[in-house]
Amino acid sequence: MEQQFKQSIDKALHNANLTGALGKFSEAYKINRAKAYEGIDFEELRGKIAALKSYAASHLEQLSDQFQQNAEARGAKVFRTNDPAKVREYILKVAQDNGVKSVVKSKSMATEEIHLNPYLEKAGIEVNETDLGEWIIQLAGQTPSHMVMPAIHMTKEEVSELFSKEINERLSSDIPRLVKVARNELRPKFLKADMGISGGNMAVAETGSIVLVTNEGNARLVTSLPKIHIALVGIEKLVEKFADIAPILKALPRSATAQLLTSYVSIITGQVPNSDGSIKDLHIILMDNHRSEMAADPMFKEAMQCIRCASCLNVCPIFRLVGGHVFGKVYTGGIGTILTAWYDELKSSEDIQGLCIQCGACKDVCPAKIDIPGMIMELRRRLVKDQGVPLLQKSIYSVVNNRRLFHGILRAASIAGKPFATGKFIRHLPLFLADLTDGRSLPAIAAKPFRDVFKTIEQPKNLQETAIFYGGCLIDFAYPEMGEALVKVLNKAGIAVKFPEGQTCCGAPARYNGAYEVAAQNAADNITALLADAADYVVSACPTCTVALNHEFITTFESLGQSERLPQARELAAKTMDFSTLVKRLVDEGRLSLKEGQQLGKITYHDSCHLKRTLHADQQPRQLLQQAGYELTEMFECDTCCGMGGSYSLKLPEISAPILQRKLKNIKDTGAPLVAMDCPGCVMQIRGGMDQDGAAIRVRHTAELIADQLDD
Amino acid sequence: MYDQFKIRAEGVSAEVHRFPAQAEALEFLVEFLQSEGLADRAQHSAVFAACPFLSRIDRQPLDALEGLHFEVTRERAAEARFGISQMDWALADTGTLVQDATAIDKRLVSTLPTIHIALVATSAMRPDMPACLTGIDPKGIGYLAMITGPSRTADIERVLTIGVHGPERLIIIFFDELGGTN
Repeated sequence: MEQQFKQSIDKALHNANLTGALGKFSEAYKINRAKAYEGIDFEELRGKIAALKSYAASHLEQLSDQFQQNAEARGAKVFRTNDPAKVREYILKVAQDNGVKSVVKSKSMATEEIHLNPYLEKAGIEVNETDLGEWIIQLAGQTPSHMVMPAIHMTKEEVSELFSKEINERLSSDIPRLVKVARNELRPKFLKADMGISGGNMAVAETGSIVLVTNEGNARLVTSLPKIHIALVGIEKLVEKFADIAPILKALPRSATAQLLTSYVSIITGQVPNSDGSIKDLHIILMDNHRSEMAADPMFKEAMQCIRCASCLNVCPIFRLVGGHVFGKVYTGGIGTILTAWYDELKSSEDIQGLCIQCGACKDVCPAKIDIPGMIMELRRRLVKDQGVPLLQKSIYSVVNNRRLFHGILRAASIAGKPFATGKFIRHLPLFLADLTDGRSLPAIAAKPFRDVFKTIEQPKNLQETAIFYGGCLIDFAYPEMGEALVKVLNKAGIAVKFPEGQTCCGAPARYNGAYEVAAQNAADNITALLADAADYVVSACPTCTVALNHEFITTFESLGQSERLPQARELAAKTMDFSTLVKRLVDEGRLSLKEGQQLGKITYHDSCHLKRTLHADQQPRQLLQQAGYELTEMFECDTCCGMGGSYSLKLPEISAPILQRKLKNIKDTGAPLVAMDCPGCVMQIRGGMDQDGAAIRVRHTAELIADQLDD
Repeated sequence: MYDQFKIRAEGVSAEVHRFPAQAEALEFLVEFLQSEGLADRAQHSAVFAACPFLSRIDRQPLDALEGLHFEVTRERAAEARFGISQMDWALADTGTLVQDATAIDKRLVSTLPTIHIALVATSAMRPDMPACLTGIDPKGIGYLAMITGPSRTADIERVLTIGVHGPERLIIIFFDELGGTN
């Protein structure tokens, strides 16, 4: 990662105003968003939006033609171009032809994308942003840090400082007073402006209409007072039908700001009268700038469905720590990473794609049903394809893939690190590894890996079914007791467990770093090992591994075009289950019974990202634990990532650590002495965090807790 | 539907009133303007955009008011405290007013003054936006305006503040009957 990029992260993390404002906002957002969507079938709504936007993305040329025809029939001039430079030239020419001296603008990300303001200013035209947030950052000489709330990174004190300078009067930081100052300062600018420039939230092909969504009322003034109106619209804003407006307007304000509807929506269809009796000079620019290339790429077409609500930023555990500016100058957050890679170039996403921890929170709330984390993975794959895997990483993968060697090295390191290891933890690592134990102890490496422990387990004979156990690295090398617990539980339900020696790393570390070729080899080796023996189930107690077996072997082969490997991958996927889903089913079928009448006290449960958002198994472990006799107390943000993210916590420990601290606090706030989870990676992160925190809270895998409560 | 509208609109800081007939709505309007300090000088005057409501009532009580202008210009709207107009539809599920605002005077009176007073026939209530938009031919409407509560912002520290560039207050007056009381 670029040094400069690491520095920008560091700066953001140490900006208390930023993390404070964003943290508070993100907490309130989740609650308010849920309230705004009450009584609405979100899945149905987003299905509708995804379908209509996807249709538009497949018919860009046709809809652009139709839009142009209909808008021009009502007197608008429509200019279409792929080139940002041509957009700037066109706008300047309209301004110069009409003797425009000053311009008022309402919020437009497309004009930010083409850096319009400095271009017009250089030509001697006064440009005034009128959206309050945009005006603040214009005065401050900054760029927006959030697509919907451009100045969310600034405090009221900073704003009052700016405004005081602007109006030459000492102002307090009273927010209503500051807002009044903005109204009074901008009003004369509206009244004298010769030209208004807006963006467009939608462009409707069948009517030639532009839809503008605002709260402040500035877009109404921008489009009503000056005699010239130019709307700059990216072609991803096209929709086919007038009836497509309503579903998007149902989702956009709810997802963006948790409002049922914004204060103002304006639907402009052709020229309208000006206040002096003349008729509006209306120009609509449909800008491509790589959007049609994006639409033509099957892996990225979905990104064209974006309605720019920024909810992916609002729920992102990383964004709320670092804010928008580390992402670059224009589009920020998850979707911003993808847009930057296309509207700018792939290389521009090289650093910022690494910020994504792949927790999937954004995919869950996206009103356009965009698989943002999936696309970021594809960016990684393409970056690695272009530039190769760094040598150090390559050598790590070759070690990881050799199980004996991997355990040997870890074990040696753990013994060499003896002075630093206390009991079950490595609390400090020397030198360059020190960051890894900053705020979190690492587990000591097990003396005997699970693969050796397994051979010593005596299983009952003549059990009716067979399960293949896929261990995964952490259970194999750090937490063999979780594997033992799983064997004990399944045996009790009449299932014999087999542990094929040929199994290897699930490939997640390679895949999440874009090294798909390595991941594909891992997948192929595992498929061979796991399908060698007949079995009723393949079971794993690690959700990340389960997702690899269940989904990602298939998608990895698909991405690489290795279709000959797909049938076996699908065979394995069909058999694979996570521990809690299988065990809950066994309990429900009466094949496994837990001790009756146990009162085990309070427990809280942490949802692991892959278990909840890919496997959709958030209820099974909760029900199992409650059936076992635990009293469940939910923590705040129970399904927010713990910050582990596999190798993420090694690459960006400075981001991983504060995410963990927040998780620890939420766990402690429940007052429960015990927290359960289904992922050994989360156990490693949270148990290590609790160890350094010193809180007397036990951190256990659900399998261990259930194994203790089997009825004899 | 009216009750739902009222809850939603008040939820976003609009003030909602309802009267059985236009005459009573007119009476309320006159009293409101007087009590809020209507006068024929800047920051106290009112502008009233042409609308069916105006053509169907006895305008005598309005004509008697000093500072109320029916010829809406940009300058008058910019210095007015009150802007009055009739809206074409209301949406119950979001507390939204919808108007064909192609005529510039309708936009001037609802954007520039501090207080916007919106007159709406109760019969113009629609359950939601799809129900309303299906009945509209957008090709005949150059500027379709939807208004939900007064102008607002949360751009400084996410603190909700009312009245940025548009009106600080939105007074909505429903009337059930189109005719007068006479």
